[in-house]
Amino acid sequence: MTHEMKVAIVRDAAHSVFETMLGVTLKDCEPAREENAPVHTDGVVSLVGLAGDWAGTGAFRCSAEMARKISGLMLMQEFPAVDQDVLDAVGEITNMILGNAKTTFEETLGPMGLSIPTVIYGRNFTTRSVGRSEWTVVPFELDGGSIEVQISLAERMQRSPGSNARDRLSTVVSVEA
Amino acid sequence: MALDVLIVDDSGAIRKILQRVLLQAEIPLGKVYEAGDGVEALDALKQHPVGLILSDINMPNMDGLQLLSAVKSQVTTKDVPMVMITTEGSSTKVMEAVSLGAAGYVRKPFTAEQIKEKLAGLF
Repeated sequence: MTHEMKVAIVRDAAHSVFETMLGVTLKDCEPAREENAPVHTDGVVSLVGLAGDWAGTGAFRCSAEMARKISGLMLMQEFPAVDQDVLDAVGEITNMILGNAKTTFEETLGPMGLSIPTVIYGRNFTTRSVGRSEWTVVPFELDGGSIEVQISLAERMQRSPGSNARDRLSTVVSVEA
Repeated sequence: MALDVLIVDDSGAIRKILQRVLLQAEIPLGKVYEAGDGVEALDALKQHPVGLILSDINMPNMDGLQLLSAVKSQVTTKDVPMVMITTEGSSTKVMEAVSLGAAGYVRKPFTAEQIKEKLAGLF
């Protein structure tokens, strides 16, 4: 699975979700490939785990303002602050984008499980994946704001039973005071 | 006769959207109940018999396929049509849902029209 293939699959899934559920079209921006997990400093980040012969993490990232905007479009109401409904809507958008991408990945990489999304909102936090991994970063623009979908997928090494805990727990969040 | 419906999804956002779609659908809608996973759904069904279940698959505690299996194994609920509305689009999952007795399968993201069409085919 090449970087370009991952970009195309993520773009397809994100466009489909935003056009169908929110009624807006995302503008594609230049994708990137990063050796380490992208670092986040503030805003809303939603994470899902992918598990199978190929395993990894998917992330959806945007500002608090963008999270309120896209939640409002999805639920047809205004959100003056990032509340539980906004975090829930961002989690579901993540689930739909990465769930649809997963279905396409499965055609070549075999069956995968998708975890329930974990949504984080705050300032001065970082996320880090345990172990070395290459990330595909797929950015979009919507009304002058930015959205990023990030994915890291790697083939799991065959190991003895019980030795693959690191594969299952892949993302760590830390907060600076 | 009014049709009571149970919506099962761990996302409150999706439950809200489906409620809106049900109000627009051409069905004699009665009460709409909500559950966040399969366990909550089975509890709700004990208290409120319904005529239709709309359920996600990927949920905590008890997923939608386990719920489908439980619903179809109980005398009181086995004839209630259950439509799966989910991001799970692999043919394996679709086949599994159909073999367990799902009345329909709609992939997220969905349009209101897709849900309405699916319901129109049931009633």
